[in-house]
Amino acid sequence: MISVSINGEVRQFDNPISVATLLEQMQLTGKRIALERNGQILPRGQFNQQLLADGDRLEIVVAVGGG
Amino acid sequence: MNKDTLLIAGKSYNSRLLIGTGKYKDFTETQAAVEVSGAEIITIAIRRSNIGQNPNEPNLLDILPPSKYTLLPNTAGCYSADDAVRTLRLARELLDGHSLVKLEVLGDPQSLYPNVVETLAAAKTLVADGFQVMVYTSDDPIIAKQLEDIGCVAIMPLASLIGSGMGILNPWNLQLIMDRVQVPVIVDAGVGTASDAAIAMELGCHGVLMNTAIAAAQQPVLMASAMKLAVEAGRMAFLAGRMPKKFYSASPSSPTSGLIN
Repeated sequence: MISVSINGEVRQFDNPISVATLLEQMQLTGKRIALERNGQILPRGQFNQQLLADGDRLEIVVAVGGG
Repeated sequence: MNKDTLLIAGKSYNSRLLIGTGKYKDFTETQAAVEVSGAEIITIAIRRSNIGQNPNEPNLLDILPPSKYTLLPNTAGCYSADDAVRTLRLARELLDGHSLVKLEVLGDPQSLYPNVVETLAAAKTLVADGFQVMVYTSDDPIIAKQLEDIGCVAIMPLASLIGSGMGILNPWNLQLIMDRVQVPVIVDAGVGTASDAAIAMELGCHGVLMNTAIAAAQQPVLMASAMKLAVEAGRMAFLAGRMPKKFYSASPSSPTSGLIN
């Protein structure tokens, strides 16, 4: 069991799934997002290889209206 | 006559009106306002996605595609250089390496006045990291010059506080800035209505960036249209060169001879 913080919300997973799998579960595959893992940008091309680890902090952002 | 375009970081724009996409009723209104404003550079914000909400809800980038507009991600809500840099790195990833950004580092949540110390620090980091930085700042001409020296591609002083609609409070400082920097000077924040935008342009500013003045109008789309015309009129008046102000003219417009006695 691993715990991962996603946008400040803690979630638990039975196995260390990949970032790509996580996004698929969240129905975010192919959406216009950017992702930061433990304070570092995670390029889209690495979503498949990167496995989540216990204690990871993810930030998933989108574009919204703003001045 | 050469086409009068706004040149920012080597790219020409026909419109000198830049608009924000916040505070609109819905995406339909946002899209309509952007369309009629004629703006080519559109600011957006970067925020956490809503986990667990409908993943099929419309995305701002679907109605304002980066292929059609120059999207300018901002750092609204950032109060430190670190937060601003972090936000814009995420924005660059989100927009596939797009490097033109709007930096703003705020000083306090009530006034939203810029913190120029943090702004200078963030600008240095961003420029070194390859960003093309359009920077929101106070109307201090010395800070404006320092931001240009760091390598910012446009200086964007406030005309009055963000969202205040108070108009151009200190035209003399804007003039001091324009006298000192070579990059475009774009009034960002404070415009309330069309005449404010026209005044900024008549002063010789290279462009105007606004959001609330349009979004908070009773009829935002109509105001977007008014702002387009105001910016164009102000720019033309600047290029035409206004007549000098005189307390008494002693020079009527009609002939002084040939009067019927």
